[in-house]
Amino acid sequence: MKTLFYLVTASAVLALAVWAYRQNYETQARLKDVDGMHVEIASLRGRASMLRAEWAYLNKPERLEHLATQNFDRLRLLELGPGNFRHIDQIPYPAPPALAVSLEGGDE
Amino acid sequence: MTRIPLRPLARILAARQTGENPDEIERDNLAARHEVGRDGLRERAEGRLLALGLVFLVAFVTVGAKMALLAMSDPAEPKAAASGTQIVAARADITDRNGRILATNLSTHSVYAQPQHLVSPDVAARELARIFPSLDEDRLYRQFTGSRKFLWIRRRISPEQQDAVQDIGEPGLLFGPREMRLYPNGRLAAHVLGGASFGREGVSAAELVGVAGVERALDDELRDPGRGDVPLILSLDLTVQAVVEHVLEGGMRVMNAKGATAVLMDAGNGEILSLVSLPDFDPNDRPSQVAAGKPSDNPLFNRAAQGVYELGSTFKVFAAAQGLDEQLVARDTLIDTKGPLKWGRYSIRDFRNYGPTLSVEDVVVKSSNIGTARIAMMIGKERQKAFLERLGLFAPVPLELAEARTAQPLVPRNWSGIHTITVSYGHGISVSPLHLAAAYASILNGGMKVVPTLLKGAEPAGERVVSVETSRHMREILRLVVTRGTARQAEVAGYHVAGKTGTADKPKRGGGYHDDRVIATFAGVFPANDPRYALVVVLDEPVETSGPEPRRTAGWTAVPVAAEIIRRAAPILGLAPDIESPGKPGVELAQF
Repeated sequence: MKTLFYLVTASAVLALAVWAYRQNYETQARLKDVDGMHVEIASLRGRASMLRAEWAYLNKPERLEHLATQNFDRLRLLELGPGNFRHIDQIPYPAPPALAVSLEGGDE
Repeated sequence: MTRIPLRPLARILAARQTGENPDEIERDNLAARHEVGRDGLRERAEGRLLALGLVFLVAFVTVGAKMALLAMSDPAEPKAAASGTQIVAARADITDRNGRILATNLSTHSVYAQPQHLVSPDVAARELARIFPSLDEDRLYRQFTGSRKFLWIRRRISPEQQDAVQDIGEPGLLFGPREMRLYPNGRLAAHVLGGASFGREGVSAAELVGVAGVERALDDELRDPGRGDVPLILSLDLTVQAVVEHVLEGGMRVMNAKGATAVLMDAGNGEILSLVSLPDFDPNDRPSQVAAGKPSDNPLFNRAAQGVYELGSTFKVFAAAQGLDEQLVARDTLIDTKGPLKWGRYSIRDFRNYGPTLSVEDVVVKSSNIGTARIAMMIGKERQKAFLERLGLFAPVPLELAEARTAQPLVPRNWSGIHTITVSYGHGISVSPLHLAAAYASILNGGMKVVPTLLKGAEPAGERVVSVETSRHMREILRLVVTRGTARQAEVAGYHVAGKTGTADKPKRGGGYHDDRVIATFAGVFPANDPRYALVVVLDEPVETSGPEPRRTAGWTAVPVAAEIIRRAAPILGLAPDIESPGKPGVELAQF
C-alpha cells in the first residue's frame, strides 16, 4: 500500500514537472510570436501610413483636375456648377419598357 | 523558590553577642536579594533585544534582496498585455473635415558621418558631392579630415539617395531613422497648415516641431503621445479650398492684384471651410522667414489672419445695423446726405452726389459716406465703440493659428468725433479679413455672435449681437446691394447672394492716402434668406483694365471674383441653387 502511494506520488510529480516544463517553453514561444507580431504591426502601420500619404498625394485636387483636363475627350468630366441641379419636376420619368416582340413566329 | 529571611535568627543572635549591629545583616541580605532580581531582568531585556534585532535583520535582508533582484533583472515591457489606448510617438496627422489627409508623417532617413571610421575620406567626399549637388566636396573633405567625431551630412534623404550613399561602401557613413512631415497637397492650405521642422535631434530620432499655422498653435496637442493615431480634424474642406484657391489665383492675375485673400466661413458656428492667402508657398519646403521687401510681400505672410487693412465701405453695415438695432433709425428714415459734411477742419465727401436725402436702406445700397457718418453721429462714440467691440473687432481673432493670435487690429488711440465718423465708413480702423467675415456672419446669421474656428464640430457662441429683426433687415438691405447697388456682379443665379463692397485707398507710409492703390473688398453671405456661409474676398492693389480706363473699385474687381467663388464652391458644399419650379401652368399676375 505504501509502495503504491509512493509510486503514485512520484509519477504525479513527474507528470506535473513535464507539464510545467512544456508550459514554460510554450509561453516563451508565444511571447516570441507576440514580439514578432508587434514588429510586424509596426511595419504594417508604417506601410499603411505611407500608402495613405501616397493616396492623398495621388488624389490631390490639383492632380485630379489636371487628369480630368487631360482625359476630357474620353471622360467628359466637367466642374460641378449650379446648372447641374434640377428641380424634381424637370426630370422625366423613365420611358416605359419597350414591349417584347418575338421575332420568331409562333407555331401554333 | 526558597526565600532567605532578611533577618536569620541565628546570625542575629550571633551578632548581638558580638555586639554588632543586626540591621547590617538585614541590609546585606536585602542587597543580595536585589542583585538576583536585577540579573533576571537583564537577561529578559537582552533576550528581547536579540529578538528585535533578528526581526530587523530579516526585514532589511528582504528589502535588500528585493532591491538587488530589481537591480539585476533586465527591464521588460509586459508583452502579453493587450494594449488598450495606444501610445504613438509620431506627430498626429491633420485631416480636412471629410477625413482627407492634409499633413502626415513619412519615415525617411538622415545620413551622418563618423570621420574616424572613414576609410577614404577623399572618395567619400567626392561621391557625396556627386549624390547631393548642394554639398561642397572640398569643404566635406576638410570636415572629414578635421578633428570632428560626428557630422550631419543631410537631415532628410530619399530612398534612392540612401541607396546611392550605401553604394559608396564607407563604414563611416551611417543612417539614422527620421520622421518627416509631409503635406501631400503641396501648396494647398499652406497658410493654415504652416509647417514643421526638426526640434531636438538625436542620431536615432528627431522631434518634429510646428513652426507656423495650425502646426504651431496646436503643437502640444499634435505631439501628445496619448492621443494615439487619432488625427486632428480641421473644419477646412479640401475640395472647396482647392476651388477657392484656384479661382482666387485666376482672379488675382486677371485683376493685376499683388495679393489676394479669401475666407469662406460657416455663418452659423464659425467653422472656416476655406482660408486662402496669395501669394502662397509650399509647406514641404518652407521658404526662410527673411525675405527682401516688406513683410506683407513675403509669401509666408497670411493676409487673411495676419494682415490688418482699412476695409472701407464694408464697415457701413455696422453703423446701419447698430442704428436699426437701437431703433435710432428705421429702414426708410431719410438721412441728410448734402455734401460735403464739415467736421472741424475735415470735410467728408461722397463718391458722387446722391442728392439731399437718402433712406437708411439707400445709404447702404448706394454706399454714402455722409449718410453713414450721420448715422454714426446719432449713435455716438461710446455706443459705437461698445458695438464694434462686441463684434470682436478690437481684439485678435482667437483662431487656432499662431499668426492670427498676434494680429492686433489698429484702432484709433484717442477716439474723437472725427474717428466716429471715419470708422463708420471703414477708415482709421484696420482689421483682418477674418475679423470682417466673423462680424458679417454675426450680424447676418440672425444676430448670434460667431467666433471663427479651424476645428470641426464648433458650437455657436450663443451671444446675441443684434436682434433677429435687425439681422433680417440687414440681409434684405445687403441683398439690394447685390440686386441694384454696387455689388451687382455678385449675383449668382439661384444663390441669393447678399453683401457689401468696400474700396479703400491704401494709407501711405508717411500719412495720407495713395490715389491709385486700393484694397478692394467684398463681404457677404449666401443664401440671403437663410445664410449658410459668409465669404470675404480682399484684393490688394487690383486694377481692372478691360475698359477704356483702369477701374479699381471693388464692384469691378473683388465682386466678380467673389461671385465666381460662390458659383463654384456652393454646389460642392451641397448647397442646391434655388431654381424656380418650371412649367407651373397658370396665369401670372401682370402689374403695370
